[in-house]
Amino acid sequence: MAKLIISGKPIIAGSAKGVALVSSEPLSFWGGYDWKSGEITDRRHPLSGANAMGKVLAIPFTRGSSTTTAVLLEAIRAGTAPSAIITTSTDFFFALASIVADELYTQPLPLVAVSESDFAHLKTGDRIEIDDHGNVTIFEN
Amino acid sequence: MTLSLTNKDHEMLRGDHGPATKMAMSILVRMAEVANAAELIDITSAHIDSTVYIGEAGLEFAERLASLGAKVAVPTTLNVSGLDEHHWQEWAVPSEWARQAHRQMLAYQSMGTIPTWTCAPYQTETRPAFGQQIAWGESNAIVFANSVIGARTERYPDLFDICCAITGRAPKIGLHITENRAGELLLNVNDIPESLQLSDDFYPVLGHFIGSKAHDQIPVIEGMCIVPSEDQLKALGAASASSGAVALFHMVGVTPEATTREEAFQGQRPQKTIKVTTDLLREARQQLTQTDSEKLDMVVLGSPHFSLAEFKQLVRLIAGKQKNPSVKFLVTSSRAMTELARQAGFFDALEAFGAQLTVDTCILTTPMLPPEVKYLMTNSAKFAYYSPGLLERKIAFGSLKDCVNSAIEGMVIRDESLWQN
Repeated sequence: MAKLIISGKPIIAGSAKGVALVSSEPLSFWGGYDWKSGEITDRRHPLSGANAMGKVLAIPFTRGSSTTTAVLLEAIRAGTAPSAIITTSTDFFFALASIVADELYTQPLPLVAVSESDFAHLKTGDRIEIDDHGNVTIFEN
Repeated sequence: MTLSLTNKDHEMLRGDHGPATKMAMSILVRMAEVANAAELIDITSAHIDSTVYIGEAGLEFAERLASLGAKVAVPTTLNVSGLDEHHWQEWAVPSEWARQAHRQMLAYQSMGTIPTWTCAPYQTETRPAFGQQIAWGESNAIVFANSVIGARTERYPDLFDICCAITGRAPKIGLHITENRAGELLLNVNDIPESLQLSDDFYPVLGHFIGSKAHDQIPVIEGMCIVPSEDQLKALGAASASSGAVALFHMVGVTPEATTREEAFQGQRPQKTIKVTTDLLREARQQLTQTDSEKLDMVVLGSPHFSLAEFKQLVRLIAGKQKNPSVKFLVTSSRAMTELARQAGFFDALEAFGAQLTVDTCILTTPMLPPEVKYLMTNSAKFAYYSPGLLERKIAFGSLKDCVNSAIEGMVIRDESLWQN
């Protein structure tokens, strides 16, 4: 099994593993993520219909509604959130959900930002491990 | 970059100003560090999007702050809630939802806020002024405040807006800083005929197009042959903040930081130029419709919340007419605007036509639609964008006039004449 390690920046440090769910298309969680199930529900998004619960979700950044944070917080509380999220830049909306989840439930969600060229290495279905320092290990399928 | 805090910031962080301020400051400081801010700045007002009820976690957050005695430090307006407080029983809202959403309303109201319950706080008396530093949530309000008013807010998420309001502080990042407000993407609309620029449905469609092209870049629109109304700019902004992450746009000769193209770009060159054509816009307009059917169960207007001018426009179109009994016709607005519409004498025409009004919330933020309502029509790009994912309903997009005519006919009809080449 091929293995590739990319070095990202831990936005909210933490370790996680899971199967990758990747799109280069930004996503709004409000109207785009069903926190009761983990399904991506934005019918205009390439990941529409996929379930992100427990996966490592990789999208460049969020778009649209400022309610994305509240939806991700609900998902973390309900156990339907991704196990970690990878973006291409610091995403304020995800970071806040993770920090508030830490404040309320001591359950921060690991967030890593990687460069756009490294992001291009990520593929849906790859097994991914993330460590505290923002290193992303990809086990290609 | 290390975050430098004032003595008062340190006091708030230590808990000298009470436990709620401590919690808010702690979240604020962690976020400021994530965003690599050098310092915090004073804000003059806030708008709270966290009022939207989503579920238990958001309610727990609000009630935690409220139980710790949270009070806002600056004038603070409230966004839509999850409930039309006094009329929800007229719709399909489950009582359990109503109970929870109402608890969330009370929690935010207990913090000394102004209960405006609107996603269009720029239509209230507490509208900020040019150049003021503010902390606003709600994507359409953010883009309006930055672009049309020239006040300065970053694209703040839910839950963070209230932390800024309680502390009166915000991280000095992004759009708070002059040099980060320069245009990046140039969109030229020279080729769009005046007849289309004059039409209301041009603005949500252009906004939808811009959002999908700009993502989080700052777009500059050049080549307008008319000066659009505030409601048209509101529709453009809301659309661009739905299909994209636009928090600021400039329109040359129209918006306050864009007297000239050079000013809009702060003397820099555009990173990219897009020539907007009627063909491209026709395609964008088509994307806003997510149905092949002409079926129609309900017309929904008012995202962002209807203004007095929009009520007036609607009343002119429906005067002396009646909608088809098989179609519902809903306008969502704020209590304040609805009261002004009542005082202006618009209610008679609305009632005669068969229109219904909902305040405090909208179809996206309260589960009000009965299950038999499956086919919607709207003139709002924001409703059109979010309804399929949030409500699992089919939706058609058209102009205000199209919406009225369709409600009368009982099926979706649209005037295509302006959209031909």
